[in-house]
Amino acid sequence: MTSQSNRLRDGGLIDRAKTVRFSFDGETLTGYQGDTLASALLANGKKLVGRSFKYHRPRGILTAGSEEPNALVELRTGARREPNTRATTIELYDGLEAASQNRWPSLKFDVMAVNQLFAPIFGAGFYYKTFMWPASFWEKVYEPAIRRAAGLGRAASAPDPDHYDKAHAFCDVLVIGSGPAGLATALEAARAGARVILAEEDFRLGGRLLAERYEIDGKPALDWVRAAEEELASLDCRILRRTTVFGVYDGGTYAAIERVNDHVKLPPAHEPRQRLWKIVARQAVVAAGAIERPIVFGDNDRPGIMLAGAVRTYVNRYGVTPGRRAVVFTDNDDAFQTAVDLADHGVEVVAMVDARAMPSVKAKEIAAKAKAPYFANSVVQRVRGRQAVKSVDIAAPNGEVHRIDCDLLAMSGGWNPTLHLTTHLNGKPVWNADLSALVPGALPPGMSVAGASAGQFGLAACLASGRLAGTEAAKACGFKPKRHKAPKAADESTEASPVWQVETSRGKAFVDFQNDVTISDIKLAAREGFRVPEHLKRYTTLGMATDQGKTGNLNGAAVLANVTGRYVGAVGTTTFRPPFTPVAISALAGHHRGPDFRPARLAPSHKWAEEQGAVFVETGPWLRALYYPRAGESPQDSVNREVANVRTQVGVCDVSTLGKIEVQGTDAGVFLDRVYANTFSTLPVGKARYGLMLREDGFVMDDGTTARLAEDRYFMTTTTANAVKVMQHLEFCQQVLWPELDVQLVSVTEQWAQYAVAGPRARDVLQRLVDPGHDISNEAFPYLACGEINVCGGVPARLYRLSFSGELAYEIGVPARYGDALIRAIMMEGAAFGIQPYGTEALGVLRIEKGHPAGGELNGQTTAHDLGFGKLLSAKKDFIGRFMAARPVLADANREKFVGLRPLDREARIRAGAHLVPKDAEATAKNDQGYVTSIAYSPSLGHWLALGMLARGPERHGEVVRAVDPLRGEEVLAEVVPPCFVDPEGERLRV
Amino acid sequence: MNPYERRIASMRYSLASLLANAVTGNCNWQPVWREPEPKPAYDVVIVGGGGHGLATAHYLAKEHGITNVAVLEKSYLGSGNVGRNTTIVRSNYLLPGNLPFYEWSMKLWEGLEQDLNYNAMVSQRGVLNVFHSDPQRDAYARRGNAMRLHGVDAELLDRDGVRKLVPFVDFDNARFPVRGGLFQARGGTVRHDAVAWGYARAADRRGVDIIQNCEVTGIRIENGRVLGVETAKGFVGANKVALSVAGSSSRVGALAGLRLPIESHSVQAFVTESIKPLIDVVMTFGAGHFYVSQSDKGGLVFGGDIEGYNSYAQRGNMPVIEDVAEGGMALMPVIGRLRIVRSWGGLLDMTMDGSPIIDKTPVEGLYFNGGWCYGGFKATPAAGWCFAHLLARDEPHPYAAAYRLDRFAHGAVIDEKGMGAQPNLH
Amino acid sequence: MRIKCPYCGERALEEFTYRGDATVKRPRSLESDAAEAWTDYVYFRHNPAGLHREHWYHGAGCHAWLTVTRDTRTHEIVAVEFADKREGT
Repeated sequence: MTSQSNRLRDGGLIDRAKTVRFSFDGETLTGYQGDTLASALLANGKKLVGRSFKYHRPRGILTAGSEEPNALVELRTGARREPNTRATTIELYDGLEAASQNRWPSLKFDVMAVNQLFAPIFGAGFYYKTFMWPASFWEKVYEPAIRRAAGLGRAASAPDPDHYDKAHAFCDVLVIGSGPAGLATALEAARAGARVILAEEDFRLGGRLLAERYEIDGKPALDWVRAAEEELASLDCRILRRTTVFGVYDGGTYAAIERVNDHVKLPPAHEPRQRLWKIVARQAVVAAGAIERPIVFGDNDRPGIMLAGAVRTYVNRYGVTPGRRAVVFTDNDDAFQTAVDLADHGVEVVAMVDARAMPSVKAKEIAAKAKAPYFANSVVQRVRGRQAVKSVDIAAPNGEVHRIDCDLLAMSGGWNPTLHLTTHLNGKPVWNADLSALVPGALPPGMSVAGASAGQFGLAACLASGRLAGTEAAKACGFKPKRHKAPKAADESTEASPVWQVETSRGKAFVDFQNDVTISDIKLAAREGFRVPEHLKRYTTLGMATDQGKTGNLNGAAVLANVTGRYVGAVGTTTFRPPFTPVAISALAGHHRGPDFRPARLAPSHKWAEEQGAVFVETGPWLRALYYPRAGESPQDSVNREVANVRTQVGVCDVSTLGKIEVQGTDAGVFLDRVYANTFSTLPVGKARYGLMLREDGFVMDDGTTARLAEDRYFMTTTTANAVKVMQHLEFCQQVLWPELDVQLVSVTEQWAQYAVAGPRARDVLQRLVDPGHDISNEAFPYLACGEINVCGGVPARLYRLSFSGELAYEIGVPARYGDALIRAIMMEGAAFGIQPYGTEALGVLRIEKGHPAGGELNGQTTAHDLGFGKLLSAKKDFIGRFMAARPVLADANREKFVGLRPLDREARIRAGAHLVPKDAEATAKNDQGYVTSIAYSPSLGHWLALGMLARGPERHGEVVRAVDPLRGEEVLAEVVPPCFVDPEGERLRV
Repeated sequence: MNPYERRIASMRYSLASLLANAVTGNCNWQPVWREPEPKPAYDVVIVGGGGHGLATAHYLAKEHGITNVAVLEKSYLGSGNVGRNTTIVRSNYLLPGNLPFYEWSMKLWEGLEQDLNYNAMVSQRGVLNVFHSDPQRDAYARRGNAMRLHGVDAELLDRDGVRKLVPFVDFDNARFPVRGGLFQARGGTVRHDAVAWGYARAADRRGVDIIQNCEVTGIRIENGRVLGVETAKGFVGANKVALSVAGSSSRVGALAGLRLPIESHSVQAFVTESIKPLIDVVMTFGAGHFYVSQSDKGGLVFGGDIEGYNSYAQRGNMPVIEDVAEGGMALMPVIGRLRIVRSWGGLLDMTMDGSPIIDKTPVEGLYFNGGWCYGGFKATPAAGWCFAHLLARDEPHPYAAAYRLDRFAHGAVIDEKGMGAQPNLH
Repeated sequence: MRIKCPYCGERALEEFTYRGDATVKRPRSLESDAAEAWTDYVYFRHNPAGLHREHWYHGAGCHAWLTVTRDTRTHEIVAVEFADKREGT
């Protein structure tokens, strides 16, 4: 075969000076700049491009657009492999590699094609009726076989190496589609002064005008397109080529994918492959054109059978003929134009088959012009040729059958408006009997339709409806459009009298090409009671392929209507949902991948901690130092050392991640009384207090400490995990529940760097930092004192004598910009006292040794009584959660309550997540009495210990229970003890 | 065999019947269910022809011999959540109020096809929840151990264990590396539509009337007792009326003056183009909202968080779509170039504690099944089983004993996530 | 969905957090006969299919709690006001 044997001698919007090399299934071929992969394959005489889903039938190219169901390929290789890519939408580029898919061993000889022979068994829904015996065989035998046979292409072999951009845009008028209607819309709207965005899925503006030989204003239509493009460029109009608006969302939000670099081998450096646009438009005009319908007849899926409009596209736009001997089979005059376009390029049209009962004058004229035999009231009854059409049998009304050799069959069953976007917000299309098609019904706010999308199929009608839509959209945005000269054009024939299907034809008649849904399947489904489109779809898979029924759905409705004695409009079709065409997951994720998956919050000491070689851990969005390893240490060694150092010397830990909220105003105390279970209005200035916060349903929400810095000024801390939630809750209380209170809230988590300095030498360290004049002796600044001070020579700071570790301890806060300097200063001044930094792991061990509840215990399922905080529930005031916390179930003594657990065998390790059962009871649900919430190896005690929730726990101190962990096959006997293991009297923190 | 049994036998699905029908051109298949007009009155009228309503009808007939039953569906059978979910079944719950119920559901799934003589493609391919931190591991261990104590299968996997199941996962993700997973091997997927069709066929064959396009527009109550329902096809009398309309529970409940601890929320789901087998299990991401499995047809079916605001629109918006895609890319970046071919929405009854309700109502003869949050599909068999038990015997089934409406007043809530009375957080 | 914050202007859904029904009223009574009122406040909702007055929080903006009137069938927003009406005046 010579190179580009099917390329026409002239014509087409391709650059014949630029040859492009590409490969298909390993064979190197050439095309031209401006080709799609489909047009280049056709130019090279390649008709067989893929295999169908179920029967592995040989398939070619049906369409010239994004509705293509058949010509799916694996594009590119390795990590960039894109399965199921439509050859009709791939712009040809130098070095393009494509491969056919879903075939073995080769496209020409596919073993699985044997499935066709079993079609009578493999009818619609056959799998629901069998494969049930024996039950275990489904997963082991049947399902793996089905799964291997199913599927189309293969996913990439490695993570997607390209990157993806996201962009937001705002405009007055969004125009979707740049055919005659879209261009006319955009021109009118932009001329009126509106900010316009024009989105076109193709790489070239013009829509259907690119594929036809129309005239506008007496000149070729493409001249008008060029002029429109130039004018739009001079107005406030952003033209987005290669951009598919794929979804409509609330509030005039339109989602679109721009294929920035899919038309080149690799995206240039620093450029994205694709860009996700979120366009907020005050008005949107859908001018997305129409999609041609196939006719349903036997073997209508053979390679070489193509939609008539697509044939014209290949001939006129790409200068390619899909065949040399053509038959045109249609039920409308418009499609017969194909015969003229072919004949004008020297392609022999051997038959024009008109399925309509009444002969058409117009068709006869065309037949004469194309010198093609005209068969009125006839149908294609049989197709010969497996991997390519060889001949067709044409059945005439008198019963005569004409066998005609051909290698191309152009078919058309009329057109369906592309109205998908009008239904995304639950709009329902309505049946238009004149057009024999569904047209847009009720539209979402701000949306209108123009051109073929609105059922205005003729060129003049498209231009007029576009002009009107553009004018109206501009007016709706407050502009005052002037009148402009209307472009002149004629309307081609748009009459429609669809025949839908050929009853008498032989062979499998396909409705949904990709999913191999045939007339027989629909008949069987209807026989079994699946008679509404949704049932039909779900039972037969009609419309569930990658094209989502763009070419097949209405034909399916027509066949169903025929079987069930209804008319097509009464049957209707299933709902179109986003996306309009498939969208890559990478594009939706954009830059939020890898390290940028979520924003990372860094503590003020982060840089310093990195310098120390800290190991970090994700706690929510924060990255916190987990521990600070030293050479030769295991992680456990490091944690043990850090804990021991706090207990014996002094340690420092960054606690800036705690939520920090300023609460100010004359009613600040009253406000805190209402949001905390315990009382804060009585807290003296210069003191801090532990606070317990409930949810309104009475369960514990959060805890923390709140310090009173002045009469009308409190400083609240929350847990790291709940910081955002608590702030939101407090603002709700302030703004919605008690707006009458004089209180203001500001989150200052980011504004304050805060360090815990803990250990017997803590005061010694701080003494060196605190500016002269501040007395921090135990007498002047006792446990739970707080105050505003200066450190390091004038730096404003806040000091709180709080202890999470149970040691003498302080938390010191400075404005965040001093955070890095302060940690360095603390370490420098602390060196003399043996200071070491400790991470969150040691922090956790210290708090478990002290039995403070934290994450594992504050799990949203526990009550104040459960945690031993029942005494904190004030009876003197209303507070959030008070009433519901008093419900008997929440205060029930039989509930699981907070305890400490000490393993009897001091070598044994209890696991968090183990459940607690009585010592001699079986490990069953009946005996399940609780669970282990937190565990730690205690360097202070020299063994593992645990905290947990145990039914009637506080009454059972001294009892031995079993911590069972069937997941890990472990059991440990443990003594139930009070949760505090170290210094239960709390003497060390008061020295 | 009596005539009824003969009829059933003649319509039995098997490889033999498939072959026999293939030979005769598939012309002899019978409708899967009848299309009767409603009778004036029934012993039980079930409102809602979804999975739960149809399962309830099946078990009423089969387990309790109550066959004078109608299922009324406002649209087509199976038009609600049974055909909109992501097809996952599992019983990996934490709390004693939930575990026995979902495990019973799992057991019913395991015998479903033989019970119904319908292949719903119950595929026990395993459900894997990956975790990324120690606290998450501990929470999963607590859950897995609770499962084991209830006799439910569960395994705690380390990284290597996870790697064997899903080698393509991004184990060393720069933010949330995978540290292990909780695995329930018996969990998996079921072909959702087939569940509705299988139950409908089985119930129909026992004489239950399934009436489509029959919206209930009113519930007739006299002296605190239900008399029947007003429908698009006229009044239908009933001794007992059973509401099984999750997603629309508040709307239908309001017809009987019920006020419920429920908000309706939309959740989106997604499917990609079909590809050759990639993922053999059901998998959830632990550091975001993303879960995925691959259908037998080859599409990756996945979803994420609910939209988060009251909605009856059965669709969603971009923020969740982007969030789900980001989760997918964090967990398994090899799927980046796969394309989403369709997104859709379902309507969830989100309750105030994240757990369902199967109970009597204050109206005598009116029964309620709803509030299924995300758990409705996997619960289908057990919900039908327990609701049928409640309807037949007027007392809760032991497995559903915790799903009482009065738990909200008392405080015996079943809050798996510990989120409190905020439906969009469950 | 886009919400027109009375303070910040029209902003995208991502900036807001939803709470729920804005018509429920926190009971004042702490007496035991208020149990039903409390249960109703904390747990029970009308959940209408239609116009719904609901609370949203502009967390990524001005931190205002808003009362939004929205149709739950179409997501169409009819009105947005400050939940604390004193601020709007």
